[in-house]
Amino acid sequence: MNTMLKIIKYELRDVIRSKWILIYFAFLFLITEGMFQFSGSSSKVLLSMINIVLILIPIITISYGIIYMYSSREFTEMLLAQPIKRKTLYAGLYSGLALPLSIAYLGGVGLPFIFHGVDESGQFSVLLILLLSGVALSFVFTSLAVLISLSSDDKVKGLGIGIFVWLFMAVVYDGALLFGSYLLSEYPLEKPMLGMTMLNPIDLARVLLMLKFDISALMGYTGAVFKKFFGGPFGMLLSSGMLLLWILIPYLIGKSIFVKKDF
Amino acid sequence: MKSIFKIYILLLLTIIILRQTELCARDIIVDKSGSLTSINQALRLCQSGDRLIVKKGYYKERDIEIDKSVQIIGENFPVVDAEFKSGLFHIKSDGVRIEGLIIKNSAMSFVSEYAGVKIDSAKDCVIKGNKILYNYFAIYIAFGADCIIENNIIAGRQSKSETTSGNGIHLWYSKNITITNNKISNQRDGIYLEFSENSTITNNISEDNLRYGLHFMFSHRCVYKGNIFRRNVGGVAVMYTKFIHMYNNKFENNWGPASYGLLLKDINDSEIKYNTFHENSTAIYLENTMRVRLERNNIIDNGWAVKIKSNSTDNDFVYNNFIDNTFDVSTGSKNNYITFRKNYWSKYSGYDLNHDGYGDVPYKPVGLFSAIIENNSPAMILLRSLFIQILEAAEKVVPVLTPVKLEDVQPLMRRVK
Repeated sequence: MNTMLKIIKYELRDVIRSKWILIYFAFLFLITEGMFQFSGSSSKVLLSMINIVLILIPIITISYGIIYMYSSREFTEMLLAQPIKRKTLYAGLYSGLALPLSIAYLGGVGLPFIFHGVDESGQFSVLLILLLSGVALSFVFTSLAVLISLSSDDKVKGLGIGIFVWLFMAVVYDGALLFGSYLLSEYPLEKPMLGMTMLNPIDLARVLLMLKFDISALMGYTGAVFKKFFGGPFGMLLSSGMLLLWILIPYLIGKSIFVKKDF
Repeated sequence: MKSIFKIYILLLLTIIILRQTELCARDIIVDKSGSLTSINQALRLCQSGDRLIVKKGYYKERDIEIDKSVQIIGENFPVVDAEFKSGLFHIKSDGVRIEGLIIKNSAMSFVSEYAGVKIDSAKDCVIKGNKILYNYFAIYIAFGADCIIENNIIAGRQSKSETTSGNGIHLWYSKNITITNNKISNQRDGIYLEFSENSTITNNISEDNLRYGLHFMFSHRCVYKGNIFRRNVGGVAVMYTKFIHMYNNKFENNWGPASYGLLLKDINDSEIKYNTFHENSTAIYLENTMRVRLERNNIIDNGWAVKIKSNSTDNDFVYNNFIDNTFDVSTGSKNNYITFRKNYWSKYSGYDLNHDGYGDVPYKPVGLFSAIIENNSPAMILLRSLFIQILEAAEKVVPVLTPVKLEDVQPLMRRVK
């Protein structure tokens, strides 16, 4: 545990020194603050932040994670020569990456909200969901980034796979869902569609946010099915469980590769 | 002889007039501890023009037939209870006034319209300041005219089904009825009009009803002002009517797959102005509706701001505010027979180079996604997906699915005050 903390501490210093994480923080901070300046109402800012969370966080996290993993490869190999358990090293590497990314996100988006406050107390829960789903997505895509960088030794190939994974989850998957729903439009598709969205972390985060913003539209028939599911305790539990699985499974696969890998 | 006869006649007349005025001023007291203990009993004794003062108490009475022009005035809200056995007040005479009573527990029936107060073929009646509670129908007017329903609190008995509940204020073949400042809840329809014309409905609150907050059919030339309709299971539905005027009403929180802030079916030649629609699943729905002018309404935070069936023609949306609705306009057709001009759309992203207050690029309120879920509703779960946003952007450049002509050529840059 102690060694892991040391590794995290070193990596944190390294990540901060590389300044990218600071730029990420400043970028998020400026966007959120800028929106407050221009639109003036916290509800509009929250609405615009949906796109930031759903589109930017995954792509930035996965590409930064992959690049960092490749560039710190030599350092990792050096540490492997020390009497440190591989499992500990892996956990340290992972948290050293996921934690600063999450903290940068929380700070960049959260600070302007602390400065300006929210208009109504009801928006507080929306902000909470926004922050939590952003952190969850940061962890999910860090897991994926680590897994991808470990399964391919070629830097360019790894980055390509990463961007493809993002593109697939953010765009292609939803396109396929829409196409499928047209093909099978004769059937009652509400529940299969629910199941399919559970399999994509970006969709999961999106649905959780949508429940907060488009409640009026969701009270229509089809929407009501989704609202009943995701709005209820079972759906909430299941969807957060699925997000957790999306963090854990790539993490564990990456771990087994890391433990056995011949560096 | 002749002069004596004249004097005699004069004397007789004076006596009659004196008797008359004495009659008019007569107050009859109904009191549990007095000589008259029931309203029915008092009604048998009194004559047209009398006032019945009902003292505070609990009167278990039903089928109170009023066939004389009397006033029934309650002091400190006496309770009149039908114990769910029959109806309560049944007014058959003109000029009856009922005020200050608690009228409750009329029976539910599938055969007769038991009501708290039923006015049958009578004119100039006033129902004012009563609490009309847990009735089947609260106030039922058939073939009435020139009546005033004012300051009543009406609450149904929170029955779960539409069939075992009656309407709050029910008008049938009536005219010139004024319904004002009433608060109606938990009935089937809050206010219901059928074949009732020239009526004025103002400043009422109709909420939590099992079906519609307001529902009317074939009721031409009525005015609706300053009413609030909220949390009704079906919202507000109005049908088969011409020349209606709706001003300054609020339609709020009507949520559900078949719930509409304001459903217009076969409504012609009407005006809907200065209303607020807030947080409804669908704010305004138009079906076979013609020549309706919708002006200066605030349509905010709804699922769908406007749903149009393509058999609606020549309607005009002017100076409305469309703010933060998930979908602005949805229509099943690719053709359009409705005009949108000079509205403010919060989603509009165009520019105004000549600073005349109107955007230079037309706004297309029908998004691709609303067209998609119009015939593929499970796709709803893709709302706000990046993929959908890309499609929307593409559709804006080259419209394929959305009606080309449905656009606001002069979208306002600033919100209409």
